[in-house]
Amino acid sequence: MNAILKMVLQRLGLGALTLIVVSIIISIGVELLPGDLAQEILGQAATPETVAQFRKEVGLDKPAYVRYFLWLGGIFQGDFGTSLANQLEISQLIGKRLQNTLFLASLAALIAVPLSLLLGVLAALYRNGIYDRAVNAITLTSISVPEFFFAYVLIIILAVNLGWFPSLSNVSTDMPLWERVYKTFLPALTLTLVVVAHMMRMTRAAIINLLASPYIEMANLKGIRKFRIIVHHALPNAWAPIINVIVFNLAYLVVGVVVVEVVFVYPGLGQLMVDSVQVRDIPVVQACSLIFAATYILLNLTADILAILTNPRLLHPK
Amino acid sequence: MTSNESKSTTGDLLLEMRGLRIEGQSDEVWQEIVKGIDLKLHRGEVLGLIGESGAGKSTIGLAAMGFARPGCRISGGEILFDGRDLMQVSENERRKLRGVRIAYVAQSAAAAFNPAHKLIEQFSETPTEHGVRSRSEADADAKDLYRRLQLPDPENIGYRYPHQVSGGQLQRAMTAMAMACRPDLLIFDEPTTALDVTTQIEVLVTIRDIVKQFNTAAIYITHDLAVVAQMADRIMVLRFGELVEESDTRSMLSDPKMDYTKSLWAVRSHRKEVEPPTKTDTPIVKVDHVSASYGVVPVLKDISFEIHKGYTVAVVGESGSGKSTAARVITGLLPPRQGQVYYEGEALPADYRKRTKNQLRQAQMIYQMPDTAVNPRQRIRDVIGRPLSFYLGYSGAEREKRVRELLDLIELDPDQFIDRYPGELSGGQKQRICIARALAAEPKFIICDEVTSALDQLVAEGILKLLDRLQREFDLSYMFITHDLATVKAIADEIVVMYQGQIVEQGAKTEIITPPHHEYTELLLSSVPEMDPDWLDTVLKERAHAHELYEKFHAES
Repeated sequence: MNAILKMVLQRLGLGALTLIVVSIIISIGVELLPGDLAQEILGQAATPETVAQFRKEVGLDKPAYVRYFLWLGGIFQGDFGTSLANQLEISQLIGKRLQNTLFLASLAALIAVPLSLLLGVLAALYRNGIYDRAVNAITLTSISVPEFFFAYVLIIILAVNLGWFPSLSNVSTDMPLWERVYKTFLPALTLTLVVVAHMMRMTRAAIINLLASPYIEMANLKGIRKFRIIVHHALPNAWAPIINVIVFNLAYLVVGVVVVEVVFVYPGLGQLMVDSVQVRDIPVVQACSLIFAATYILLNLTADILAILTNPRLLHPK
Repeated sequence: MTSNESKSTTGDLLLEMRGLRIEGQSDEVWQEIVKGIDLKLHRGEVLGLIGESGAGKSTIGLAAMGFARPGCRISGGEILFDGRDLMQVSENERRKLRGVRIAYVAQSAAAAFNPAHKLIEQFSETPTEHGVRSRSEADADAKDLYRRLQLPDPENIGYRYPHQVSGGQLQRAMTAMAMACRPDLLIFDEPTTALDVTTQIEVLVTIRDIVKQFNTAAIYITHDLAVVAQMADRIMVLRFGELVEESDTRSMLSDPKMDYTKSLWAVRSHRKEVEPPTKTDTPIVKVDHVSASYGVVPVLKDISFEIHKGYTVAVVGESGSGKSTAARVITGLLPPRQGQVYYEGEALPADYRKRTKNQLRQAQMIYQMPDTAVNPRQRIRDVIGRPLSFYLGYSGAEREKRVRELLDLIELDPDQFIDRYPGELSGGQKQRICIARALAAEPKFIICDEVTSALDQLVAEGILKLLDRLQREFDLSYMFITHDLATVKAIADEIVVMYQGQIVEQGAKTEIITPPHHEYTELLLSSVPEMDPDWLDTVLKERAHAHELYEKFHAES
């Protein structure tokens, strides 16, 4: 168990290091953006004096590396700076948005993960049959079609024609849970359609990959039922690749939902980032990017650790 | 086994195959791999199926369970188990028989146990899933069978995962698992092939005892004649999916009728005829007080030996004894922690990257698995041609000519083989290609790492003869790593016996194989099965302390 703890700590350290590197890349990227921020915000009519004054106020007159370290230092104290657009504390601004994004991602994951595991297991069980082909075809279609298209189709059918769900997901954190789920359902469903294919196909492939193993043949020769062979003998050994793909998709649910959020006007982090880019609210963009990067790194870390924990050789050493 | 003759006639007919035909698919074409086999097995009888790979013995064994591997299909004939034709009942009916009335013991227990579950869970799965016993009854029964099969700590060993148990113990645990529902018929598919000799003997004894205790009928599949002689009442010799010969064990051994059977029997009689040359002052290779480790785990502890020009030095020992590691040190793949390797009196750099091309050229290797040792995407021309260009600068027509010479040397027709890919060759042919590749570098010294263990006996025999001839023609020295003592007796001039990273005994072959031995050498030598149906009983009687010896040398595992 100690070895595992050591590994977790090692990975955490490595993750932190990656995050620092990412923060440098974000800063350099922002630095490379064309145009002058002060000029942009104050408009063409601003006099050179006001521009200089503004630059001094927000610290733009300092060299890039000084600004970077000031920014980084602030983050370590939980201070992401203030938004240029509306002078609000960024941590406050982001807080609620992040909660909303995570809520949407969790809801989508709650539907998508069990669904794709089930579909994948069944596809492996009835491989090469009609069910298998149908599921493959449907999920492939759903992954190939752009998500905004699905979003609009769902809105037309479920919101406009049938009127079951609202087409706008204007949720807030102080809503009752049930109402929140109800309003978030359509974007969650859209996201599900996008991520199920990948996870389901990996589940199927990882299981089928193992079906030629001697221990599967052994289970067959012990007269074990097919379904049990898949679930009890193949699946436990297939977790590592499946977990990796699941986590990859979970990360996508958090960081890749911009389009869906925009379509449903869902007040999430992605929408905030898009808005901020439009008004050149650079500190907010930087903070969002960093949070996305952290999510990605943290989830991948989880995948690595889970993959190791599902390996009995590592969990139960000799 | 004094009951050999009597047992084969008693008991009702349990299994009967009539005109069994099985087809296998290769490249979209169905080819017959079992061509009309008739087989009868009575209750309590042990039938040995013997033959080389491709003879169809495993396929027949599985067919006895009404099972065909993916890519195979039972295309004709009847399989009557206890009067019921397995081909006429539904798959669900067949499934209900498997594990309950017919059970299977696979070749590699390490692969056949599911790595994700504990041994006892896998044991109890069969009786509980089939509704034969409750989980607690099954668990108690598992412990009882573990005890009968002489597994250490039978109360607790079941709560370990497969990777936490040694190979010999796993094989016994799998036999226990097969016995879980007290089947009428057991299929043993090469159950001891993957084990060391000293472990094999323990497993053979326990398997034989448990089959006797419960009077279970068994089909024992193996390519090892000496093993089948200990286990079976009756033997069927198979080749290319057809029956060659069938009779009870004793008469099969003493009086084989068919030429093929005789050739199988004769395999172990090969002996190196020529005496080795007199030793020169400087050995070709000298390993001097070498210690090596993987990470912090020491694998070689202060070993020293010499290999002289024209000599074959066999390095023997069980898996994990450090034989292959010694080869890795000599070739520079694993720099030793201490000690030095000399080539013709000259100290070799420890790391192969620091050796000159000429130093590298002098020591070549031939590996155990010819399948993985050649690049499947290269034609034979390039496989053999590569060392020619790399070490000796051959190119163009010269290189082509040399490749052809080498193919002639290894007795493969150049016109037929030079343009082929390794995948189109048989195991024995691939191993010959590996030999040609080693020879291409024109070395004086070749390390042969278990070169015959993946091959059938007849094929292995051919490889040994070839190596023998090449040694005489080119004055080669071999370091011959093997766990197979029959091979050692056939080809070695000198023997180095290794145990747990140390050399326990070394010297001329005659010296080592004639008593008195070091205790461990004795254990090794006396564990090699002989073609005598009474060998197992005799050796057990002779070695009253055999088990203690075994325990002594396997205390850690």
